[in-house]
Amino acid sequence: MSVAPAPRKLPGSLETNPALDLWLAINADGTVTVRPGKVEIGQGILTALVQIVAEELDIGPERIRLVGAATPLSPNEGITSGSRSIQESGIALRFAAAEARELLLARAAAKLDVSVEQLSVKDGVITARAGGSVTYWELADESLLRRDASTATQPKPAEDYWLVGRRLDRIDIPAKVRGDPVYVHDLDLPRMVHARVVRPPGPGMQLDSVEVHEVETMQGVIKIVRDGSFLGVIAEREEQAIRAARRLERVARWHGGGALPASDPRYLLECVSEEEVVSEKGAGGAAPDARVFTAEFTRPHIAHASLGPSCAVAQFSQARYTLWTHSQGIFPLRADLASALGISENAFDVVHMEGAGCYGHNAADDVACDAVLFARALPERPVRVQWMREDEFAWEPFGSPMVVRMQATLGADGGVATWAHELWSHAHSTRPGGKGGVNLLAAWHLAKPVTAARPANPPLPAGGSHRNAAPLYDFPQQRVTNHLVRAAPLRTSALRSLGGHVNVFAIESFMDELAQAADADPVEFRLRHLKDARARAVIEKAAAMADWRPREHGDGEHGRGIGFARYKNLGCYAAVIVEVAVAEMVRVTRAWAAVDVGQVINSDGVVNQIEGGIVQTISWTLKERIDYDRHSVTTRNWDTYPILTFPEVPNIEVAFIDRPELPPLGAGEGMQGPTAAAIGNACYNALKVRLRDMPFTRERLISALV
Amino acid sequence: MSLVIHVNGAAHTVAAEPETPLLYVLRNDLRLKGSRFGCGQGLCGACMVIVDGKAVQSCDVPVSAVAGKSITTIEGIGTPDRPHPLQRAFIAEQAAQCGYCVSGIIMTAKALLDVNPHPREDEIRAALAGNLCRCGTHTRMLRAIRSAGEGAPT
Repeated sequence: MSVAPAPRKLPGSLETNPALDLWLAINADGTVTVRPGKVEIGQGILTALVQIVAEELDIGPERIRLVGAATPLSPNEGITSGSRSIQESGIALRFAAAEARELLLARAAAKLDVSVEQLSVKDGVITARAGGSVTYWELADESLLRRDASTATQPKPAEDYWLVGRRLDRIDIPAKVRGDPVYVHDLDLPRMVHARVVRPPGPGMQLDSVEVHEVETMQGVIKIVRDGSFLGVIAEREEQAIRAARRLERVARWHGGGALPASDPRYLLECVSEEEVVSEKGAGGAAPDARVFTAEFTRPHIAHASLGPSCAVAQFSQARYTLWTHSQGIFPLRADLASALGISENAFDVVHMEGAGCYGHNAADDVACDAVLFARALPERPVRVQWMREDEFAWEPFGSPMVVRMQATLGADGGVATWAHELWSHAHSTRPGGKGGVNLLAAWHLAKPVTAARPANPPLPAGGSHRNAAPLYDFPQQRVTNHLVRAAPLRTSALRSLGGHVNVFAIESFMDELAQAADADPVEFRLRHLKDARARAVIEKAAAMADWRPREHGDGEHGRGIGFARYKNLGCYAAVIVEVAVAEMVRVTRAWAAVDVGQVINSDGVVNQIEGGIVQTISWTLKERIDYDRHSVTTRNWDTYPILTFPEVPNIEVAFIDRPELPPLGAGEGMQGPTAAAIGNACYNALKVRLRDMPFTRERLISALV
Repeated sequence: MSLVIHVNGAAHTVAAEPETPLLYVLRNDLRLKGSRFGCGQGLCGACMVIVDGKAVQSCDVPVSAVAGKSITTIEGIGTPDRPHPLQRAFIAEQAAQCGYCVSGIIMTAKALLDVNPHPREDEIRAALAGNLCRCGTHTRMLRAIRSAGEGAPT
């Protein structure tokens, strides 16, 4: 489909999906249908979109009927990721709804024989000042929105808002607390069967042989599916599929593999890498007598670790596949499935349903491919596949390990004179829809395998491994270098904030070290190097909230630290202060966050994202690490991958700097870097010991102290 | 073979092998999808139900072990018109993100409040030590459980 080039760029995703009726329908029954291409992943986006549309149309939010994303109907908004949904889907819907309102007002003016300026709207009722009224529901018909978006639409000014910026209760929470079947995991279709996959013991292994006879005769087993090294079983009942898969696992013989490196992120330093200077400023080098400081920071492989292992349902009937999936990108997934199977994209209808929170590219797409392969082997019957917990830990694409080396000098004034940041990492995106290959696990294991697309980083300025590598501080000289290690022994892909977690951890820990060396207060030292007024404002706000005392000292057991970043250097601003209690382990006991997300859409939704981001980051930073030996991932369940639990979660205080006049910025990923750094800095403040290798486990703490 | 189990006040005859984990019987035979698979080893709490007053991880208990006992699932504690106080409190506090863990957490909290209607915060936290939430909505859930407890008669 080709679209005539618009004279001016349209806002958000309207640029690529300009047809208004793709997004909205005004219905005669007093409702408004909204069809976003972005999907709910637990972040509350659908509620925020309802809020935006209700605001622009001046209707009650309860009138809105949301239709989940599905390839036959929805605008193609790519992937729901990168905290971009408000900017892309939200802005598109804001302008689409504003234009719908303009069109409705024009019709009303003609009908009531008054000028548009004479009209006002309340909950879809248009009233003329001189009397007379007509409703949206009377005026709308199919022709109303059968047009492309105009570039001239003026949405409502912020001062007229009655709904945006306030708390609107999430539309999905009542069903979730009732235990309603809301997830793809809960889909239950007539004659549905259950399947499980038997993966190789480790990456790079191939299936030699498998004696299927004893499994075929097990109760409930319908079919064993083998295609190259893709192996699985379909059974009538779920527990029968699980039992049969366990038996298959015991009788399958594999070869190859065994090429995993040492389970330490510093293996990256020994790998072939592509070097790129991503930011360079100033010249001349350090003064000869300058004090030089260096430090090295690392993170191991970590997991998305969704609470619900990934799941999909597929049905193959009359040469068409219908697929129900919790993928973050139904269109890119469809494209990769078509390539994997060597058939047309048009043979697939892909329907999004919610899953457990994913926090990035987990196994959602991979299990969808598994489901399609099983459905192909058993036409007509819907096949439900859920990965076991062990599959999810062993085979999801991990957050990349990273190593960051910092070097800086201080000038005679005690400020930073030169700054160098060098990082080593794998690529942070191997999502479906990549160029030159297919990014679906099972597709690589087929008898006729398709190759993986080249692992890549999202480009700067947002960046991938180099996300947030360039400091926001105003240093006279800086150089930031990315070493991309493209070949990854264990698959890596997008995990919430991508490289931002580690780059900000390194920058903000190092700023603390330099402040210490300069005998300065860490808050004052940061402000001294920052001109950006919004950046300064969140740091000052967090310090005020926490009642920060200049040069405050820890007492050997308790301490506090700060971390700051502007996400991607173009998203939300956040400063986080945490208090830690350190005994045998590090515990975060309190946290304060000051955040500037520009215009707030759903105030409570943003707070929820901020609190959740802080808690998850405490967990990553203190506890999380994927372990593996030469052959396979050895982390297989929650007992070997502990995450933060209820007794360990701190109380959190969040404040906004509200800027209703500025564009809204996503809030989902702004906390990772600042929180990690704040914890490290608080530990230093408490103990005078610097923790630079995540996670800060008991063992790490002890070895740092002795 | 068939077994009789008592779920949410009703008796059900189910055709499942005795060693089948209760979770699959609830989800696939009784079509009660609110108890969810998280780990299969009783390590995360997503499948929590109440059996004879105790919070039990249904992924980890064979259906034969609960025959004759009283089983309550998330679907059995309230209705859309008359939600349980915990369900009301979770909505009031907006205590969910993805929500996959929520029904298990509400069931653990209910088992606690049933024996200890006014728990201290540390008692709530300790009771929930076996329930994982990956989105990080813990502080909201703690507030919700506290307020549900405060609403109970003293």
